[in-house]
Amino acid sequence: MVDEPILRLDHVTKQFPGVRALHDVHMALYPGQVTALLGENGAGKSTIVKILTGIYRPDAGAIHIGGKLQSFSSPRDAWRSGVSAIHQETVMFDDLTVAENIFMGHMPLRSGKRIDWQLMNARAAELLKSVDADFGSEVLLKRLGVAQKHLVEIARALSHDSRIVIMDEPTSALSAREISDLFLIIAQLKAEGRAILFISHKFDEIFRVADRWVCLRDGEHVGEGLIKDVEPRGLVKLMVGRPIDQVFPKKKIEIGEPVLEVVGLSNPTEFADVSFTLHKGEILGFYGLVGAGRSETMQALFGVSKATAGVVKLNGKTLAISSTADAIVSGIAYVPEDRQVQGTVLPFGIRENTTLASLHQHTDKGILSRVSEQKITRKLGGRLSVKAAHWEQRLNELSGGNQQKVVIAKWLATSPKILILDEPTKGIDVGSKAAVHEFMGELASEGLAVILISSELPEIMGMADRIMVMHEGRIVKNFTRAEATAEAIVTAATGGGHHAAA
Amino acid sequence: MSGPSRYDVADRAPRTLIDFMLRWETILIGLLIAVVIGNTIISPYFLDIYNLSDATFNFSEKAIIALGMTLLILVRDIDLSVAAIIALASLAMGLAADAGAGTGLLIPIGLGVGAICGAFNGLLVARIGLPSIVVTIGTMSLFRGLAQVILGDQAITKYPAAFQTLGQGYLIKWPPIPYSFALFLVLAAIFTFVLHKTAFGRKLFAMGNNPIAAQFSGIPVNRIRFWLFVLTGLLAGVAAILLTARIGSTRPNIALGWELEVITAVILGGVSIAGGAGTIPGVVLAVFILGLATFGLSLVNVPGIVISVLLGLLLIVSIAMPIVVRRLLKGKPVV
Repeated sequence: MVDEPILRLDHVTKQFPGVRALHDVHMALYPGQVTALLGENGAGKSTIVKILTGIYRPDAGAIHIGGKLQSFSSPRDAWRSGVSAIHQETVMFDDLTVAENIFMGHMPLRSGKRIDWQLMNARAAELLKSVDADFGSEVLLKRLGVAQKHLVEIARALSHDSRIVIMDEPTSALSAREISDLFLIIAQLKAEGRAILFISHKFDEIFRVADRWVCLRDGEHVGEGLIKDVEPRGLVKLMVGRPIDQVFPKKKIEIGEPVLEVVGLSNPTEFADVSFTLHKGEILGFYGLVGAGRSETMQALFGVSKATAGVVKLNGKTLAISSTADAIVSGIAYVPEDRQVQGTVLPFGIRENTTLASLHQHTDKGILSRVSEQKITRKLGGRLSVKAAHWEQRLNELSGGNQQKVVIAKWLATSPKILILDEPTKGIDVGSKAAVHEFMGELASEGLAVILISSELPEIMGMADRIMVMHEGRIVKNFTRAEATAEAIVTAATGGGHHAAA
Repeated sequence: MSGPSRYDVADRAPRTLIDFMLRWETILIGLLIAVVIGNTIISPYFLDIYNLSDATFNFSEKAIIALGMTLLILVRDIDLSVAAIIALASLAMGLAADAGAGTGLLIPIGLGVGAICGAFNGLLVARIGLPSIVVTIGTMSLFRGLAQVILGDQAITKYPAAFQTLGQGYLIKWPPIPYSFALFLVLAAIFTFVLHKTAFGRKLFAMGNNPIAAQFSGIPVNRIRFWLFVLTGLLAGVAAILLTARIGSTRPNIALGWELEVITAVILGGVSIAGGAGTIPGVVLAVFILGLATFGLSLVNVPGIVISVLLGLLLIVSIAMPIVVRRLLKGKPVV
């Protein structure tokens, strides 16, 4: 194999307000080789992808391709330099044909800027043949399945004749058979001398397909090497390894009697046979990969969707929850993952958001009392240290962290018995993150029962008393705080523990 | 961290004169004054109490529907079938009147048909999940078509005198206030109270701004949408009673094109077509502006077609103006 890299990143740094996404990262990709990019959620993998595809510009550092210094200011520059990406969620046009999707942005033209349909369809057909597609170039994209759409993405990458192909979790939506097909295509791309950057959480795939690995943690390069020289265990340690226990303000809290008992909660597509017990004063962690069914399970508990089987008991009494209103009356509160869409009414002010789930507490003979609303807003907003100019300030003028504090305030205003936090610190700055962690512990010490869904290992290991690990819709393992190790949790979440246990 | 906050946060923002001047209601009041002054100049008959009272007959029925339409548009829905509901409700009352029904029966028939038509729209939109604009374009043809098929090219004109009083009579003799106008004022007051002072009103604004977050906050979004369609259908039934009684007849083309006049008033009233913003007082002002402008122009014999051109221009200019002014204030390019 050739040892001269085709792409080199040197000393790349990228800073966002309040977050250091990448710090002095270096990486090399080699022709005819697959390099796996490893790291936890939030380690900086997608920032790398965005820099390589021209979506972000690095604050510092250099990109060399084929020995030449590059500076991408748009996705177009990136393809022209031979880099293209196949994304996690396919970004394509459903109502256009396969050929149009493949050549979007660089369609072959005849004189007068007219599209050369014949040439485009013919070239698309060739590309489809090279990836063994079983459909034509003039089919509408929406007629295709997920795996077939992936082939279109790959054909699109090839249409740029890219020397460098980035695959960002390309298998997350594919079946086992389709994954095998994808690996055949990867082998072919390798044989043609292309360099591939492969991002996946699944170790079995990485060990099947990759030649090299690079590992990131907290935006920093923490190691690289040849796949044949390492074992999964070593890589996991490198991905998560840091002294996390001291960072989290975990309080010693007396765990009380059971509050919520869930037995056999199921839904035909998203989750199956989920059972757990939540105690007073406890923080129960739910870990898993994206798509493991954690949010779906909690949304069924909260009445957003319906579970088709299972029993939910609150303080020994069976609950029948068919709407979010029912859940709120029962004392369940849910801080959703998608803050902007599910959590906040962005054009509303802080006061109106804070009282939205508990309006009936602020009415007198049907009339809303602004004084009463202001009182609770001042109290909870102050307790959570919301930073704002005034309590009528619109949520879309606040930072992500302060928006999240307002969402938490909204749920505390309902005086819940059970608080479900779904990725509560995702995408918020370090300061707000610490505030949320501290507050979570405080609420538990006041006797609230907390469910914490998180994809960040340090967070879940630092805050939770027990950890449930979900994989493909099921709880595959559970750990007490004492017995949890990062390796064991990740192994279970990636499906390893599942097979071992079976 | 559970001690006092690290930050000093005021209860509300300081109020500025510019904000007040640029409030939509302030602009509408200015516009209304301009219309009154303009009309007084072009016609000596405008500022006559009996003429003005007469003018209210022409817009009160539409104004009543506009109240329901305001709530629908506020929660990102719309009902284009309101005029067709009037046709169907009027037909039902006509058939009943032909069969000898009295006023006491005609009123519930009109209201009932309106509410049922609204419920039909509401089911398709809120239960089945179809887009309201598509559903009500369909039911607009459906309801009107039904009325036309049954009625043919005839007219029903045999309404009892007591029934006709509802559309032609006055609640108070001096100042002369017709029943329809009085009903509109009462309903407008109730709608203002409910939308701007109660928890239910707040929920509507939340739904209009972010229906998903509203659902996640325990608001029964689809149930409320259903009932708003029923309410708007019911108000169309009220309008059908008043209109049928006023003209004393049911014809196939009754209230043709009213849905657009109603929506024009709602939009001029400052209700965002994207949902989530608007006020009832704004819509009431818009109703007055449109009604009085139409009345004034017809006093000086401007043809109806020209009036509609002028009102179209008025709508576009008045909606563009505050946007242009804001851009100028911020020093941004206008176009």
